[in-house]
Amino acid sequence: MAEVETKRKKSFYKENVPLLMQGNEACALGALAAGCRFFAGYPITPSTEIAEILSRLLPRVGGKFIQMEDEIASIAAIIGASIAGAKAMTSTSGPGYSLMQENLGYAYMAEVPCVIVNVMRGGPSTGLPTKVAQGDVMQSKWGTHGDYFPIVIVPSSVKECFDYTVKAFSLSEEYRIPVTVLSDEVLGHMREIVKLPSQEELNIVTVPKPYEPPEWYKHFEITPDFRSPMASFGEGYRFHLTGLTHDEYGFPTASKTEIVRKLEKLRLKTMRHLDELTDVRVEMMDDAHIMIFAYGSTARAARQAIRMARKRRFKVGLIQPRIIWPFPDQIVREYLERVDLVIVPELNQGQIIREVKRLRYRHVKIIGLNRFDGELITPQQILDKLKEERH
Amino acid sequence: MKKTEEDNGRYEIRLSGSGGQGLVLAGVILAEAMGVYEGKNVTQTQSYGPEARGGASRSDIVISDGEIYYPKTTELDLLLCLTQESCDGYFGDLKEEGLLIVDSDRVRQLPTQKAHALPFINTAREKVGTPVVANVVSLAAVAAISGICSRESIENAVLDRAPLGTEEKNKMACDLGFKLGLESRRIWSEKKIAFDN
Repeated sequence: MAEVETKRKKSFYKENVPLLMQGNEACALGALAAGCRFFAGYPITPSTEIAEILSRLLPRVGGKFIQMEDEIASIAAIIGASIAGAKAMTSTSGPGYSLMQENLGYAYMAEVPCVIVNVMRGGPSTGLPTKVAQGDVMQSKWGTHGDYFPIVIVPSSVKECFDYTVKAFSLSEEYRIPVTVLSDEVLGHMREIVKLPSQEELNIVTVPKPYEPPEWYKHFEITPDFRSPMASFGEGYRFHLTGLTHDEYGFPTASKTEIVRKLEKLRLKTMRHLDELTDVRVEMMDDAHIMIFAYGSTARAARQAIRMARKRRFKVGLIQPRIIWPFPDQIVREYLERVDLVIVPELNQGQIIREVKRLRYRHVKIIGLNRFDGELITPQQILDKLKEERH
Repeated sequence: MKKTEEDNGRYEIRLSGSGGQGLVLAGVILAEAMGVYEGKNVTQTQSYGPEARGGASRSDIVISDGEIYYPKTTELDLLLCLTQESCDGYFGDLKEEGLLIVDSDRVRQLPTQKAHALPFINTAREKVGTPVVANVVSLAAVAAISGICSRESIENAVLDRAPLGTEEKNKMACDLGFKLGLESRRIWSEKKIAFDN
């Protein structure tokens, strides 16, 4: 019986040993490693495993798990938890992400750090619950109304699901902004071998606390780098929170300068730090005439495809952004000047290709390779497209 | 495992049948045996309908010494079928020289003579006493016939995942599966020698 007990109680976080796990599992463990102690969500395929695992593990580390009545309440709950000082997360898929948009806008405006994992499935509406798609890329940028500059991460392997969930927490704390992790059905349910890093190897950032006395504290202070320290409710600092455009204390304002300063802050806090927010994998681009621009699970097919194509003497390379918003303009522009053909494979009818076309240099040909039948693009499809273009 | 320059030593396996036969779990166990105990790179993906039982179900495993870029299967090296329907549906995805392994009682119409037809489900039912372990029997046979994975690795991986109290039955299923697989492999190698001569 004693043996039974130890088998049941064995630690869920094993460092540096090979483990077979799903992308969703890696996301959940990444959240715990990053210090997430509050999860509110509503189960939805293909993201349910994240909630399921956290419902078991969060209580064991002193955290809270709540299954809410819907996704609108879920994001409201994590915003509340975050304001009270907990690192908070929710996970969902397309339909739930749509419901979250209103409160997500509130979180951008009130500068509340939190993490939303969207495991993408076919859409619009309830679409294809068990099939893969990348249809929410533009929604993650423009989903809620108004003028804001989100940070969105797209992992492409189970290990990256872990690493980039940790990173999502760090970025959300550093910039005081909601960060979306765009996983997808293939990544979420795929199993791969992962070695989890030790706690010391993780680079965990927590939002700085104010150093001034409470009576001087400005919750939305405009600092030189546009990132403000944050006190939590109950720590003796008084502040006002609202979705209305507000001044540095958080009170609604009609002053033109204050409105402009607030909205500029929302832009500059991400756009002034593009260097830190550029995370791009560049492969075989040194001598390439053809660029494949791919992200998420599609990048896996692209990485295989460029190797197949290289064997057939095509000079082709890969650009794979892992932070897709803000868009890595500079690095894409740099390589666009050196190639004459760009292929953008996507599991939608052409979304991110618009961004690449926005940066078009002279007469570089930019073409999409689109699949939206619920299956992954294969390396052969990319190779065929390449051959078709180059005869 | 045979290797070509292009595919980086990729070996692709599909375990297929109907929902409830435990094939997704069998795929996870195989991936764990190869990844955790044999130190290879693996990816495991699956596809199943919304039903808890019945409906087509499959589990795909890619094994490689190098990094696996594309995580899904493209051309199978090995196909296991526990229903006629899955055999009809997936045989076309098998490479010409790929291995086909089927349940001899469930798959009556073989698409090729070069198939290993073995009674997995009946062995599990009659010798272990429950058809539930048919997935372990067939998994062990897959390892024995293909030779990709050692007996210890499969056994360890099976016991890691086996629910408490079922270790004995799973161990028995493993042994039976290996016996079936090795026997079939021996018969085939003899046939091949006879054919070559």
